[in-house]
Amino acid sequence: MSAPTTRARRRRPGWLPYLPYLIPGGVLFVVVIGYPLVTNVYISLFSWRGGLAPLEWIGADNYTELWHDAAFWTSFQNSVAMIVAMVIVPTAVGLVLAAVLFDYLGRRFGGRVASVLRATYYLPQILPVAVAGVLWNWILNAQTGALNEILRGLGVTDPPNWLGDPASALPSVMLVLIWVQIGYPVVIFMAALQRVDPELYEAAELDGAGWWRRFRAITIPQIRPETFVVTLTCTVAALKVFGPIYVLTRGGPESSTLVPSYYSYLNFFDKSRVGYGAAIATVLTVVIIVVAVVILALQARAERREEVAG
Amino acid sequence: MTTTVRNAPASPATASPGGGTRASRPGGRHRRGAARWFVLAGAVAVALAVLAPMIIMALNAVKSPAEYSQDGPLSIPSELYLDGIVNFWQRVDFLVKLWNSFFISAVVSVVACLLSLLNAYAIGIGRIKGRMWIVLLFLLANMLPQEALIYPLFDMARQVGLSNSQWSVIIIFTVIQSAFGTYLLASVLGTFPPALLEAAALDGAGRWRVLWQVVFPIVRPTLMVLMILFFIWTWNEFFIPLVMLTTNDTQTIPIALASLQGDRMMDAPTTNAGALVSLLPALIFFLVFQRTLTRGVTAGAVK
Repeated sequence: MSAPTTRARRRRPGWLPYLPYLIPGGVLFVVVIGYPLVTNVYISLFSWRGGLAPLEWIGADNYTELWHDAAFWTSFQNSVAMIVAMVIVPTAVGLVLAAVLFDYLGRRFGGRVASVLRATYYLPQILPVAVAGVLWNWILNAQTGALNEILRGLGVTDPPNWLGDPASALPSVMLVLIWVQIGYPVVIFMAALQRVDPELYEAAELDGAGWWRRFRAITIPQIRPETFVVTLTCTVAALKVFGPIYVLTRGGPESSTLVPSYYSYLNFFDKSRVGYGAAIATVLTVVIIVVAVVILALQARAERREEVAG
Repeated sequence: MTTTVRNAPASPATASPGGGTRASRPGGRHRRGAARWFVLAGAVAVALAVLAPMIIMALNAVKSPAEYSQDGPLSIPSELYLDGIVNFWQRVDFLVKLWNSFFISAVVSVVACLLSLLNAYAIGIGRIKGRMWIVLLFLLANMLPQEALIYPLFDMARQVGLSNSQWSVIIIFTVIQSAFGTYLLASVLGTFPPALLEAAALDGAGRWRVLWQVVFPIVRPTLMVLMILFFIWTWNEFFIPLVMLTTNDTQTIPIALASLQGDRMMDAPTTNAGALVSLLPALIFFLVFQRTLTRGVTAGAVK
């Protein structure tokens, strides 16, 4: 009945009998993702205190208010900092670490050394993000935290209030995120390097190219597809970041670590401004989709250019 | 701390050009032996910087508060102080939380795999019309911020009597995880050898039997990886459980730990013991499935 050979002769398209397999997934998808997403946009056009309170239509007022809301702009500014901490630094450092582990240490000290180091770098990735946050919150605590205890032991009389001072809170959060994130690109890039033809490196080595030249001329171009994937997934994760902020700083002090996801949560469940929270979530969704499409388009263009050049 | 993390990664890069020149193959000459030790030291320094917070946590989870204030966070505890662990265990009723986390993650990982397989069978093997758009939809669903779904979901759960129910969390994560699973499996099944399907069809096997007797055995390794990933992702989830699970008897480990924060009773040993006990299940799981997992992370990246 469904044999590919007879499929062409039948008038009924061959894919039709497969449709039932999509029904459970399709229905659940609509109920859990499609409908809530549309409803959220709808809610953003109302003033609503949530629950059984009446909804009051206010059109685009929530969005005009957002436009003039300094905290909203701060939250997206901080998203840029999150991208630096979760995408740019880990990708750059991860590239170097992966290349060093794979084609330097791995070859001189054996694969075991490289894989033990890789597993160590990856360790923070498997912690529940709330656990990592609670741990760091204690380490960075101004009075009783481990870091300041160590600093006082070294003779620093007035160590900084890492998470409590608006000037140092954001850099501290960024540092924690770099710590959490660093292992992911290392693992992906090391796997990617296994794909690269070793003869390329050998030929370059025979030509007298040093490690750095080989890194720039072979490693980086060869693993470009993985670099795009890491950039895409980490950028989306950075724009969505919630857990670490909730556990480390709750967006404070003075909104210095506020991010869009936490700001919408705050409006939903703390300030009971559900419509406003929905508007923030809607804007965040649009921003994420636009950024993802731009990255995917850049990737497609880079691939095309490579084809032309090759 | 700050300086180690920031500076250490730079050292391999700056140290290596000297060492990476010709004739430094394995078993080659030893003249340039010094450089490679510098590079190794740099890579190990990064590893230590990554491990340091966890080591500090482990040390102080079993150190008495008196000793902590006297000798600081870096000292080796002179005796095993277990009050922190006991204190945390009883305060959060840890066994209940452990079971909650396990139950939610286990159900999600199995059902989400099943759902991904069904979806991917229709898309990858059935070649449903418009499958490009369907895959794109699933991919986009993966990127959505959960904040854009949470209030309607929260409201829906209340209307159907599932507020503060683990089943609401299970249903939501089954769909979210299967969006990724469908995306990945559909591309795997898109390259499924047609000869196998034809042979099965000649034997008179229907679509349902082909799925379970031909396709399923072949993609089982990929499904295993997906199952492990779904389990650990669901285990680590924070936002949706935080909103949906509001009482002690339904909450998961990460929520229980986070909700103790700022509590005045939380001294250093209790906090650290809490973090330690909470990360142990994830750590054990990671060590058991480490190989499958690294393969899985990689598979996700290439597809």
